[in-house]
Amino acid sequence: MDAHTGSRPRLTRRGLLASSAAAAAGILATPPSAHSAQVQVDGSAVEPFHGPHQAGIATTPQAHAVFVGLDLRSGVGREAVARMMRLLSDDARRLSQGNAALADTEPELAVLPARLTVTFGFGPGLFAATGLADSRPASVKALPRFAIDKLQPRWNGGDVLVQICADDPLTVAHALRMIIKDARAFTRVRWIQRGFRRAAGVQAPETTQRNIMGQLDGTANPVPGTPTFDRAVWAGNDAPAWLHGGTTLVLRRIQAELETWDAADRVAKEFTIGRRLDTGAPLTGTAEHDSPDFAKLTEVGFPVISEYAHIRRAHSTDPGKGIFRRVYNYDEGLTAAGHADSGLLFASYQADITAQFLPIQQRLAEADLLNEWTTPIGSAVFAIPPGCPPGGWIGQSLLT
Amino acid sequence: MYSLRPRALLLPAAALAAAVLVSGCGGQDATSSTTSASPSRPAAAAPTSTPSPALTITDPWVKTSEKGMTAAFGTLVNNTDTELTVVSGASPLSPKIELHEVVDSGGKMVMRPKKGGFVVPAHGSHQLAPGGDHIMLIGITGKVEPGAEVPFTLTLANGATVPFTAIGKEFAGGKEDYQPGKGGMDMGGEDKS
Repeated sequence: MDAHTGSRPRLTRRGLLASSAAAAAGILATPPSAHSAQVQVDGSAVEPFHGPHQAGIATTPQAHAVFVGLDLRSGVGREAVARMMRLLSDDARRLSQGNAALADTEPELAVLPARLTVTFGFGPGLFAATGLADSRPASVKALPRFAIDKLQPRWNGGDVLVQICADDPLTVAHALRMIIKDARAFTRVRWIQRGFRRAAGVQAPETTQRNIMGQLDGTANPVPGTPTFDRAVWAGNDAPAWLHGGTTLVLRRIQAELETWDAADRVAKEFTIGRRLDTGAPLTGTAEHDSPDFAKLTEVGFPVISEYAHIRRAHSTDPGKGIFRRVYNYDEGLTAAGHADSGLLFASYQADITAQFLPIQQRLAEADLLNEWTTPIGSAVFAIPPGCPPGGWIGQSLLT
Repeated sequence: MYSLRPRALLLPAAALAAAVLVSGCGGQDATSSTTSASPSRPAAAAPTSTPSPALTITDPWVKTSEKGMTAAFGTLVNNTDTELTVVSGASPLSPKIELHEVVDSGGKMVMRPKKGGFVVPAHGSHQLAPGGDHIMLIGITGKVEPGAEVPFTLTLANGATVPFTAIGKEFAGGKEDYQPGKGGMDMGGEDKS
């Protein structure tokens, strides 16, 4: 631009057409738009810890997550689990507010919480170990076997879940370290799964994220803060009283078969999902949030959205029977042969696994074109206790 | 043997903040922002119906141990206009308790009883931390388990007492040699693997 106008940039039609610099400079040429991703990243941003629900579920997903499955050591019963949960709740409360944990060896690492949340869950084994089998929500048990599963024991199960999310990976690392130090006397680490989404600030937070296969992922999610979300996610009167305000989590590790996905052409990929890859619009619509028209037929009489398309198989007619997916990508790098070890940490929250998750999963397992390119290799289920008021701790309603 | 069963009804925030009235120390009208409490700490953790305590301890904790010695830490906060001195400590967990400092002795960090106790300046604080001053439990009569709530009482030079509850916490550090005059003892219990 300087070559045309001298040292001072001036907006001319010719200059705009000629200059890629001007095209990039949206602040000069166009008014701010919703798509301009001018999102402030604030390392001191804090998510509340106390409340009727645990943080990290309705919370706008942070960029980084680690899920840890812990097994109780033998002999650890109800009294010890309560002691552990008081310690871990205190760690989560302090760290999420940007304060050092008690006896924090690296207090300087706690000062930028970057929207840190720490969410706890109880697996089926915890209820048995604490003598509280009668309090286990009926649907919190290992999922039935699905024909598509190729589960690996190293990603399955767990007595205790810790889900740590933040917009900064060092914050996640420090929180993980403090939590694990306090959990070590009571538990052994069974598995650890790390995931990521788009980095904080690179796009507007309400944007549907893309998964590692390139698809917009989560378009049909209920929106936190709406009655539909509340009905789908938070456990109510059908659940044991101690779980009210809590939820359940199904965590599936789903490997993406990226090598064969590469071999599918764009039309096949869109036919598989029932949505366009670019906009995420259903094949019957033009915009991402258009409702799919499952009845619409092609000129020759076939459904536009295939009977076996992913969005048709995953669709719940009753929104209250839906699930809330808060997913993270994983990418563990490459094999020696250069093949991807990537996929999705499919974290699904719902008030009741049997009533909500299982029917969807059953339909997908029976016939979903996407099964050709996705393989569940890990599966774990947890009851997610409600949140706690100031002075309380997570799990108090079950363990005391 | 002293039993360290946590009291379920004692909420952790209250126990961790453990702002407790010092009896007989001339009630000061210091504001409630007397500790280094974080903004997130619930105000309910501090007693509201009693005068502001003269000396409080913030975030007290005690290193877990199976047997033998261990130590308690926290931040002493003086809410008064005059210097306060902690001269002794007691706990049902250990018949013998000493107030210790860690000093350089011939290039090696050792701990020993601190002459004169812990001096907390007026409207100031005094940190008890691994590697520094601490409350030393010489011979515990029961395990200190992680998350346990261990009662302590500090006595000040003026005779006032400060009760508080410390939380059991696993901690790898704080292994200075003990030199009571004969020397050579580990301060903490063996780490559990």
